[in-house]
Amino acid sequence: MNRDEGAEVVLRLDRISKAFGALKANDGVSLTLRRGEVVALLGENGAGKTTLMNILFGHYVADEGGVEVFGQPLPPGNPRAALAAGVGMVHQHFTLAGNLTVLENIRLGTEGLWSRGQGGARAKVERLSRDFGLAVHPAAKVGRLTVGERQRVEILKALYRDARILILDEPTAVLTPQESEALFATLRKATAMGLSVIFISHKLHEVMAIADRCVVLRHGRVVGEVDTHATDKGALAALMVGGELSLPRAEARAAGTVLMRLMGVTTPDRGAAPGLKGISLELRAGQITGLAGVSGNGQAALAEIVGGLAQPAEGRIALRGKDVRRWSPGTALAEGVARIPEDRHHQGSIADFDLTENAVLEGYRSRFSRRGWMNWRAAREFAETIIADYDVRCPGPSTRIRLLSGGNMQKLILGRAMAPGPDIILANQPVRGLDVGAIAYVQSQLIAARDRGAAVLLISEDLDEIMGLSDVIHVMSQGRLSPGFARGTMTAAELGLWMAGQKFEGADAA
Amino acid sequence: MSAVIDILISASFWAAVIRIASPLILATMGELICERAGVLNLGIEGIMVIGAFAGWMAVYQGMPLWGGVAVAMAAGMLFGLLHSTLTVPFGLSQHVVGLGVTLLATSSASFAYRLMLPEVTSPPKIVPFQPVKVPGLADLPWLGDALSQTALTWAAFAVAGVVAFILYRTPLGLAVRAVGENPAAVEAQGLSVTGLRMGAVIVGSGLMAVGGAFLTLSAFSSFFFEMVNGRGWICIALVVFGAWKPGKAVLGAILFAAFDALQIRLQQTPLGAALPYQLFLALPFILSILALILMSRRAEVPAALMLPYNKGER
Amino acid sequence: MRLEPIANPSALRRLGLPALALVATMAVAMALALVAGANPLAVLGQIAKGALGSKLAVLETLNRATPLIFTGLAVAVAFRAKLWNIGAEAQLYAGAILAVVLGTGVLGSPWVLPVSALAAMLAGAALLLGPVLLKTRLGVDEVVTTLLLNFIMLLFVSYLLEGPMKDPMGMGWPKSTPLIAEARLPRIVDGLRLHWGFALAIIAAVLVWVIQTRTALGFEIRAVGQNPEAARFAGMPVNAVLVKTALLSGGLAALAGWSEVAGLKGHLSSDLSPGFGYTGIIVAMLALLHPLGVILTAIFVAGIFVGSDAMSRAAGVPTYIADMLMATALLFMVLAILLTQVRVVRG
Repeated sequence: MNRDEGAEVVLRLDRISKAFGALKANDGVSLTLRRGEVVALLGENGAGKTTLMNILFGHYVADEGGVEVFGQPLPPGNPRAALAAGVGMVHQHFTLAGNLTVLENIRLGTEGLWSRGQGGARAKVERLSRDFGLAVHPAAKVGRLTVGERQRVEILKALYRDARILILDEPTAVLTPQESEALFATLRKATAMGLSVIFISHKLHEVMAIADRCVVLRHGRVVGEVDTHATDKGALAALMVGGELSLPRAEARAAGTVLMRLMGVTTPDRGAAPGLKGISLELRAGQITGLAGVSGNGQAALAEIVGGLAQPAEGRIALRGKDVRRWSPGTALAEGVARIPEDRHHQGSIADFDLTENAVLEGYRSRFSRRGWMNWRAAREFAETIIADYDVRCPGPSTRIRLLSGGNMQKLILGRAMAPGPDIILANQPVRGLDVGAIAYVQSQLIAARDRGAAVLLISEDLDEIMGLSDVIHVMSQGRLSPGFARGTMTAAELGLWMAGQKFEGADAA
Repeated sequence: MSAVIDILISASFWAAVIRIASPLILATMGELICERAGVLNLGIEGIMVIGAFAGWMAVYQGMPLWGGVAVAMAAGMLFGLLHSTLTVPFGLSQHVVGLGVTLLATSSASFAYRLMLPEVTSPPKIVPFQPVKVPGLADLPWLGDALSQTALTWAAFAVAGVVAFILYRTPLGLAVRAVGENPAAVEAQGLSVTGLRMGAVIVGSGLMAVGGAFLTLSAFSSFFFEMVNGRGWICIALVVFGAWKPGKAVLGAILFAAFDALQIRLQQTPLGAALPYQLFLALPFILSILALILMSRRAEVPAALMLPYNKGER
Repeated sequence: MRLEPIANPSALRRLGLPALALVATMAVAMALALVAGANPLAVLGQIAKGALGSKLAVLETLNRATPLIFTGLAVAVAFRAKLWNIGAEAQLYAGAILAVVLGTGVLGSPWVLPVSALAAMLAGAALLLGPVLLKTRLGVDEVVTTLLLNFIMLLFVSYLLEGPMKDPMGMGWPKSTPLIAEARLPRIVDGLRLHWGFALAIIAAVLVWVIQTRTALGFEIRAVGQNPEAARFAGMPVNAVLVKTALLSGGLAALAGWSEVAGLKGHLSSDLSPGFGYTGIIVAMLALLHPLGVILTAIFVAGIFVGSDAMSRAAGVPTYIADMLMATALLFMVLAILLTQVRVVRG
């Protein structure tokens, strides 16, 4: 680790405050960064980390407070000024144009719009690529790159612009453990060359591995600042949550009958997203089957198959021992398959519909209409029941769902899915983006369903969550499915090898 | 059949093709710029009308021909400003705004025309662009006749070349191609999504209007209602047909113009005389629908087309 | 500049901004009157008088509103499903053609009116079905295909009127043979020019409203229009919904043409529609796609056109002022609607 006592301060955030309507995202946050340091910015979802970095980079303007880079005040709300001052940001959702090449994405905005453009870009990119260990093909179209490759391009974008301060927003969310190691190697090279890094994460073991110092945010305020070697994961977690971390853990259970079976299912690739490659999977009653894997390895295809949104090109699906003939979301729902979608905004709800309308999206034909006429009274009562049973905080069933927080929206979707008493539940990233309270609630509901005898398929990017809740763990990589590993038989590192594809048959050493 | 061959090898046929293609090329390039930046500009039909009218009226009032072209371009850019203000910073539906702009521009032209020439029964004429004699080229057999075109036609093809050059070989064009695919990428590199998109729509609308002005200043020599006759919509189909690439779009325009020129001449033949003339007039529109069906793969559509960008929605 | 959503817009905002849009349109009207060298307030007054100032004027306005209600409904139904039906003009003519085909003596029974109405609706529905299938199967944008069909249909009508459907006693002017008496829509009240088409349009609007708010199909149409991905996830048959929407929308637009022929004109000519299909878009948008609102905005728009005709004869301002005002109203209104839901914030 490169830290010099008394190394110059390269970045100073001074009492930054920012409110969005009634929500105070940042409340008097101050932060300093010294040359050659890696500072981790920690906090649970909604703590204000990304907002703070967006203010630094100029995507937002702070209501109060200021930013100084290398001693000079930074004009707010101006990404161009931030870039010129040497601040580079690797966004959580990559800011790349898929129709352009790697080189074009890097050059975008670096030359005057009214100029003819200059040469030498390719040479510089190749040099940076070598120096920092970021292998890319400059002429490749970004739309065809893997997630790991795209992230390397994002980092090169910043380095190309001579960034002296690198901000990385949840960079390892989309990487395998091995790719994360490669990223850390790059960051160590960067700090050795005098760059300084701010690293947003909520993954404590990574933070402990790479950061010199940790700044913890909670509800928009700084609640702690510690040197990494003077603390441990437990202390950090306590700072993040403000108390004991008490996420539900599932206890071991005996497996029941096979409720759903996929046999040799294959689906076609779709662009960069791989299809399923002849996978076979069993979902048993009374079990949580966890699916680990970095996103983009076929989880979306599997969720579509289980949820009824796609038909297998090859292979069969069987429900309770009987082969399924025509598979569709309607059939799935009728057969007792509940789906919690990955994207509650785009798939799970209709933003301008009210809670009543959203509550009956799935059951309107079968349960809330008769011969084509809607029974809005029954629909409203149903919505009110869900709101009460699942503690959905809202003004009432006529509220437009876009006004609810993410956690409350997810609770409504959960309630809607569970209401018909399903015995097969597909939970796709069910707690992504939620605060700890909502996470605990959703997870306990899934465990309760399992205890009632349902078969739960849990797809999650969070390996900790999978390992904590699942009775059986499978790993997906490039559309292939690993065998099932019983609870407690695998370590994270071993699962990481499967996630990187290295343990699958025919894989060459990566 | 031999009648068709005779038509296809005649220089006058190809001269007509180039002439018919010229306004299409200008307007298609204009729409292409807009769509590459992520904005569907359904105002194209109306902007061509206002360009045709404004250019013609300027010349009728005494301005030189290129002055009329400039006036047409300015009129188009004004409507482009209206369209882009509503669709880019305000993010209003590009469909609705585009149709509104077409209706407004078309009715403005009709209104102004009636106001300024209340008593005319037949549309007054101006002296349009004359074919240019290019030294050396004009004396060649066959080519000399085929390439006997007005300065505005030469300008149209030059514009296509300039658009391609800027789009693919300059930082500005790179930014335009990026903003139609992922505006977040553009903003993260310190550029203004709003500025790029509005600029693209304004410039594109200017070109569309010049395309309209071609009709009154080069092809015909007077303005009459219904003269644009759906060319704007055809240009939208041509952008799709050309997969949003300038070179392919120009080829599409030429192909289209060839069919159009062919059907005019076929009407003179015995076969043509037997069929209702409306069928021939409908051919351009039928062809456009076919072109759209053919290109329905749409792998190259700009990913952010028609999606408004909300700064700060992260 | 940034747009920030407003959680609970006040009633003042929700009603005041659209009203402001109409006031702004009137201001534009006055400016155009000035440009035309006329007295702005007098022009406004003459438009109002021409629209509603006498029994004859009111009837003319309501007559003109009838096809606009139908096309407005057609567009409102389609736009709610985010189906951009710009082809109401062609569907209108399809309905008109069927009115003539079945109304010139082929069917003599007392059933000729309902049968020809139904046939008209089917023809309009069929015409929109093509572009919609191209959209659902091949991803072809329906805006351009429906637009291009308008031009093709107009040429087809011209061909029919100069050929197979030509009226041999038409003195050279291309128009169809007139409908027989049984195929005509009767007047609502004897002696007044208003025909039953108007009443049918009102009934259609109420039916559409009922479908939209009370049936499962209406729920599906709204869901598909707002978020087709979520609708598909929930198990809604998105493509089937789009097809049903197309059938309904095309059928409604066709009724506009049918009622103009069977009710008002009694025959088909090339100038049957001065752009009712396009004006329907404005009628629908001004009504915020609400079926009952369409009745009001159709009467409003019809009034502007009828009034402008009268005003033009009196004050000499070109009649195209009406078209300009409608386009202006449309643009102001969509901006106003947006501003009822968001506020403009710096940076």
